[in-house]
Amino acid sequence: MMRTAKIAKFALVVAAILAVPVLASAQQMESHIGKLTGHSDSGKQLFYRYCWGCHGFRGDGNGENWLPTGSFLEPYLNIQPRNFTSATFKCRSTPTGTLPTDQDLYNAIERGFVMSNMPAWITLTAQDRADLVAFIKTFSPRWKNEKPSEPINVPPEPKVTVESIKHGAELFQKLECWKCHGQEGRGDGPSASTLTDSNDQPIRPYNFAVGSRFKCGTTNQDLYKIFMTGVDGTPMPSFADVIKAEDAWDLVHFLRTLQVTYKSPELALWQSTPEGAQQIASRRVHGTPTGSGIKQ
Amino acid sequence: MRTKIGCAVGLAMLVAAAIALAKPSGGNISGKVTYEGTPAKQKPIDMSKEPSCAQQHSTPITTETVVVGSGNSLVNVIVYISAGAPDDSAPAQAVTITQKGCQYIPHVVPMVVNQELKVANEDQTSHNIHPLAKANHEWNKSQPPGTPPFSEKFSQPEFIPVKCNVHPWMHSTFAVLKNSHYAVSGADGSFSLPNLPPGKYTVSAWHESYGEQTQEVTISGSETKTVNFVFKAKPY
Repeated sequence: MMRTAKIAKFALVVAAILAVPVLASAQQMESHIGKLTGHSDSGKQLFYRYCWGCHGFRGDGNGENWLPTGSFLEPYLNIQPRNFTSATFKCRSTPTGTLPTDQDLYNAIERGFVMSNMPAWITLTAQDRADLVAFIKTFSPRWKNEKPSEPINVPPEPKVTVESIKHGAELFQKLECWKCHGQEGRGDGPSASTLTDSNDQPIRPYNFAVGSRFKCGTTNQDLYKIFMTGVDGTPMPSFADVIKAEDAWDLVHFLRTLQVTYKSPELALWQSTPEGAQQIASRRVHGTPTGSGIKQ
Repeated sequence: MRTKIGCAVGLAMLVAAAIALAKPSGGNISGKVTYEGTPAKQKPIDMSKEPSCAQQHSTPITTETVVVGSGNSLVNVIVYISAGAPDDSAPAQAVTITQKGCQYIPHVVPMVVNQELKVANEDQTSHNIHPLAKANHEWNKSQPPGTPPFSEKFSQPEFIPVKCNVHPWMHSTFAVLKNSHYAVSGADGSFSLPNLPPGKYTVSAWHESYGEQTQEVTISGSETKTVNFVFKAKPY
């Protein structure tokens, strides 16, 4: 009787040890965000409590919330969670194809991803988020073998003027943004319906007219970075090599005028011109909540 | 008398040297790539959404998932030495690809690890070049018309599918290889891998729709070994 009890206890201890997830690399990683230092050991505990349901046991985006174990069933989430093993991230301040900074990852956890199931993790403390960033960096060997690129230089934003907005409109035509985003920025360009992301999942371009928060932030600086670094893993390319910094700011100012339902200084300025007022009036949705009168 | 002998010897040496230089250094593996069965019909591409490209083709071009020639030859097969040869450092010469008529030319682009790849846009429309790399970094760059060619390189061996998101019919493959012993089968399906030192080699043939095959070949001197590949065509 005593012997079997001892064996059972031993077996229980062994089983408990084996149950601890050890799939992520055993190495320690650190993250540095402002004055915070995150540690992957602490991040690991948090990941296997809060994140792995969507992002998966192996951090590859194949969590049980994405795809039930019977894989012929529909995925529960309609946008696949980020696969950390490939180290390709949408929202960065570094050039296309390069690793994001720790701050980029921290911001992503804090901000969440609008129009997806990634929440804004404000329930976690800043230290928690820093620890998670450190742990996420253990999923891909790229963090060991390369350093993140220098963040791109975002020069100070010049004054918003009507000339800037008009020049931005010219750039929107010349760079052919409308091919995906549409002439009114509604995400209905000729190529929009054919777009797929790098996992061959259908994906829609951003609809400026709806005016929802950008995937990668809310400010003009965030918008600048989106097209200067590209949204990796999606059809949105980087225009860093083909547009000058001052031209890029003109484009930012113009893009704000496409957001006809979102109040911005650029929209207000554009609306104060006769041309702008007419354009915005024709594009603004006037409708009842049931949708009658919504422009198709 | 002595000068005559001297001249004769000198001449003989020159001739011997000429013969030695004229002989190809090392062996050669060459052959043909063919298919058996009926390959899937290629579909014409509708470029009406991109008039500047549509008008460059008097008849619409077709998809290029299987390109064949006469005599059942299979085109655009990358034949390369996958084992038995040492890794090569990147050649100084760049490999080029251009976008013309909303097509990638050439359709398959082999290159050595870290070799410069120059990408040009000869069209009146913007393209974005999006190599869907997994082992290499996945980048995505826009290239408006009139902008100069840009250069990139890849640090890992990988067969990378490449697409343009604006024009979904455009497809290419960047084949990043470990050495410079490679060839792409031409219109008659033929390929040639010259300059191979003696050794045991694994020759691989890769086709974008029919997969990869390998064969073992031994080169002992400067002979030419014939190696043929036959792929099974699928009707879909």
